[in-house]
Amino acid sequence: MIVAEQKQIDEIKGYLAGHRRVLVLGCGTCVTVCLAGGEREVATLASVLRLGGGLACVPAPGVRDSGEGKLETLENTIERQCDAEFFDPIRRQAESCDAILSLACGVGVQLAARLFPNKPVYPALNTKFMGTNEAGGKWQENCLACGDCKLGVFGGVCPVTRCSKSLSNGPCGGSEEGMCEVDPERIECGWQLIYDRLKALGKLETLLAAAPPRDWSKTHSGGPRRLSREDVVQG
Amino acid sequence: MLAGFGMMTESIYKSGSNLEKLLAAGQFVVTAELGPPKSADLEMIKTKSGYLRGQVDAVNITDNQTAIVRVSSLAAARLALEQGVEPVMQMTCRDRNRLAMQADILGAYLLGIRNLVCLSGDHQCFGNHPTARHVYDLDSIQLIQMVRDMRDRKIFACGEEIKNSAKAEAKEPRMFIGAAANPFADPFEFRVIRLEKKIAAGADFIQTQCIYDMDRFKRWMDMVRARGLHQRCKILAGLTPIKTAGMARYMRDKVAGISLPQALIDRIEQSKEPKTEGIRICVEQIQELRNMEGVAGIHLMAIEWEHKVGEIIGLAGLLPRPTPPE
Ligand code: SF4
Ligand code: SF4
Repeated sequence: MIVAEQKQIDEIKGYLAGHRRVLVLGCGTCVTVCLAGGEREVATLASVLRLGGGLACVPAPGVRDSGEGKLETLENTIERQCDAEFFDPIRRQAESCDAILSLACGVGVQLAARLFPNKPVYPALNTKFMGTNEAGGKWQENCLACGDCKLGVFGGVCPVTRCSKSLSNGPCGGSEEGMCEVDPERIECGWQLIYDRLKALGKLETLLAAAPPRDWSKTHSGGPRRLSREDVVQG
Repeated sequence: MLAGFGMMTESIYKSGSNLEKLLAAGQFVVTAELGPPKSADLEMIKTKSGYLRGQVDAVNITDNQTAIVRVSSLAAARLALEQGVEPVMQMTCRDRNRLAMQADILGAYLLGIRNLVCLSGDHQCFGNHPTARHVYDLDSIQLIQMVRDMRDRKIFACGEEIKNSAKAEAKEPRMFIGAAANPFADPFEFRVIRLEKKIAAGADFIQTQCIYDMDRFKRWMDMVRARGLHQRCKILAGLTPIKTAGMARYMRDKVAGISLPQALIDRIEQSKEPKTEGIRICVEQIQELRNMEGVAGIHLMAIEWEHKVGEIIGLAGLLPRPTPPE
């Protein structure tokens, strides 16, 4: 899933400075599961914003804070903000507000902005990564969407993501007792994980030959990616 | 050093560098390290080169070491060469993609640089630009392979020939290729396998991480010899003299991939002259390494202690340095 966390409240208030009526809009999928942007977080954030209603903070660049009156917040959460059809039921509500504060990931925020061309849409979250929930309140990045998945070669552990240097032929000299030089307290060495896993599978011979340079053109390095599939194109 | 092309291609050597010739002649070689200055300071390069000239066979010029911006290894290597020091240019994968790497390799060759060490590079989080984006387009093994292909197959990483036009003759950069190995990192059993991958990719010589834990290094060398790797590639044992007990503790606790036995720290701590004791330990290590089968030389990384290199090499009985054969 996509893992996100809420922004510092001052940044959010900065965006909302000068607005009177704001739709606080949650998303019912990834960010609900990672406890950052679902119905519950919408309710909490909206009440925090109302309580600090004076919005006595530095306005965002280019935004003027009239400094009078309270902020009115409307709350809603749709199933997915990355799918246009789910916005239909809230169109009216959105149109009645002068801004939308989206608690979706960056994809959802961008779609909301496209669907409401005349309305400012602000992000309430920092979209962090694609990953898994490891334990209560702990998430781990696992995939960078490189477009050329080699998990089949590396024992189901991603070297692009789990190695701090994205090495294809690790581990580097900084791997010590299973931990990465970048943060030996918190970051596991992805290459130790690959080694352990292939060893357990009896497939260490996979690592004997050097992996060739990657084709980074399939990543974002090749420009923003699009996908079109003839087999599902309609009409 | 700046010999012409025709001569190079006729040669029995891959690059014709002093380092390559001495290793081929079976000499026990000595390389050192020169960290370029953190400012546009030519004098410092001259001074450090002066300390090392004639004391060692070649000198590694580090590439933004510990991810701190310095004079580029390419420029500093050329300047060291002008000071009479044979440079071993280091190149990391952190700051350049394959285009920049190949361009710099071509340029370095034209500037008379003949030795190139290919490294992953320390992560930028350790340096003075921790918010920088790192590159890692290639990793160190892929870089070695690219430099080898440029030299031996006369092709770029994309497969195109290294020539100006279809009819032109290929003019390839001919480097003596070095790589690093860390016997003290994990997983221990995989370290020799990774070394073998580097050799298969084209490494002509290896410089190891600095050795303090001689027992672990011996066990690593046992594995190296068991695979015959010392016959396929020259192995230079890395050493860094300890200046103070504080430095020793820092390296043990803060630098990943270094193993430093307590006994060594005790020796420095209990000594009245820790610097002299550090040099004494280093000289003892050199003696031990000289007698170890498969060790072809040492790589002395006297960090900001370049002026002590001559003394250490002298005490170890390795002076004067031999003249390379023609
Ligand atoms: S190899 Fe690529 S697609 Fe597969 S997990 Fe890693 S980043 Fe994701
Ligand atoms: S220590 Fe491991 S995870 Fe960290 S950069 Fe090196 S190989 Fe990658």
